[in-house]
Amino acid sequence: MDTLWDSRQVVLAAFGQTLGLLVVAGLGALVLGTILGAFRVSAVPALRAVGTAYVTVFRNTPLLVVFLLIYYGLPELEVRPPQFWRATIALVLYTAAFICEAVRSGVNAVDSGQAEAARSIGMGFGQSLRLVVLPQAFRAVVPPLANVLIALAKNTSLVAGFGIADATFRMRGLINNNPGDVYVIFVGIALGYVLIVAVIAFIARGLERQLAVAR
Amino acid sequence: MSSVLFDVPGPQALRRQRRASAITIVVLVVLAALALFKLQTEGQLSGALWEPFVTPAYVQALLEAALTTLRVAVVAVVLSVLFGAVFAVGRLSDRAWLSWPSALVVEFFRAVPLLMMILAIYLVYGDGLGKFWSLVIGLVLYNGSVLAEVFRAGVNAVPRGQSEAAYALGLRKSQVMQLILLPQAVRIMLPAIISQSVVALKDTSLGYVIPYEELTSIGRQVSIEFGNILPVAIVLALMFIVANYSLSRLAVWLERRMGRSTQPASELDTGA
Repeated sequence: MDTLWDSRQVVLAAFGQTLGLLVVAGLGALVLGTILGAFRVSAVPALRAVGTAYVTVFRNTPLLVVFLLIYYGLPELEVRPPQFWRATIALVLYTAAFICEAVRSGVNAVDSGQAEAARSIGMGFGQSLRLVVLPQAFRAVVPPLANVLIALAKNTSLVAGFGIADATFRMRGLINNNPGDVYVIFVGIALGYVLIVAVIAFIARGLERQLAVAR
Repeated sequence: MSSVLFDVPGPQALRRQRRASAITIVVLVVLAALALFKLQTEGQLSGALWEPFVTPAYVQALLEAALTTLRVAVVAVVLSVLFGAVFAVGRLSDRAWLSWPSALVVEFFRAVPLLMMILAIYLVYGDGLGKFWSLVIGLVLYNGSVLAEVFRAGVNAVPRGQSEAAYALGLRKSQVMQLILLPQAVRIMLPAIISQSVVALKDTSLGYVIPYEELTSIGRQVSIEFGNILPVAIVLALMFIVANYSLSRLAVWLERRMGRSTQPASELDTGA
């Protein structure tokens, strides 16, 4: 027990790093993923193809390979962002594919009668999207989006393999230095992740309830 | 094509869409040309960096590593299905001493990062287990827990009338589960199991951190020898994409073949 308490500052700083990656990469992936999702439901065939190709590539590639490509690959091209940003770019590229799918399934979940009704009372594309489709799509998108963000929170642990001192990285260090306390260290750090996951799930459930409208 | 957002396009809309498509293609071509130009100026296209992929010894090493990866994935998926079945049935049980611990295990291993699990297992039990089993056990704990939830959802998706009818005939709960619910649930769940094996196959790459000699670790070794991480990462990505894309097509095909299903398996896995 003492090991974890004695190194509480290191552990907390490490979770700060994990949360930093989660927030920055999460925002980046939301932006990129939403744009790609818009591509995937667009009326323009070429844009749809771009969205589909992106999703096919990044959903089927292990995140670790994306890390190899970006983390070690960018410097080969004389592009040298700091460690943190290279890790963030890899996480964003990978996660955006899943966000794109969540957005697409959300838009497709809206009953097509809704948009047809909007068009038949004379709303244009922008109006029907803004006033009818998107508000309903947003509601349908919350649960899958929360799952993607939970996966992202866990995926940030990959940076431990690339020399960034996140929670998983510190767990390895602490276990190596205190082999007698492995269980305490493991459970302690694991509970940190469980807490992060629980908070995301809690916020999602709240949002879902708030957005729920009786039909 | 018509969807929620738009009707079948008329002549004017069709012209507009063609124009937008043309612009998209031009932008893509320009981006691709810029990327190739950058690769060329940094010398990434030189033959020396791509040589290992036509050198028999290295090709063989990579293929052997791919086989190792496949072996890990197959063992992990088979054991995950068993793990998932046991814990799904446990969680569905009426006995609290069975359902509570099952729920706890499933929820815990779904929330903890897989990489952290694998590292911890390897650091603590690695000497006895070896790298292969450290990796496999980590994969089983995670994917098995996800599958347990898939199975539970599958059993719950069997219409209520089925189990009610079985109870009315006088079957016991275990009989209802074995004879009525599980056989029907398996049909619903097969595509989801295949989708989950895509996740498992991707996650074998986490062996990299131990490091276990699977595809990504061997690829990294080659890249250190030749200083060609970009070509190596691109080749690794292509190998994984081909394998995983075929698997997900198989899942979609199975789903179609087995007729209606309430939820596309491709949307069950949203992360990892």
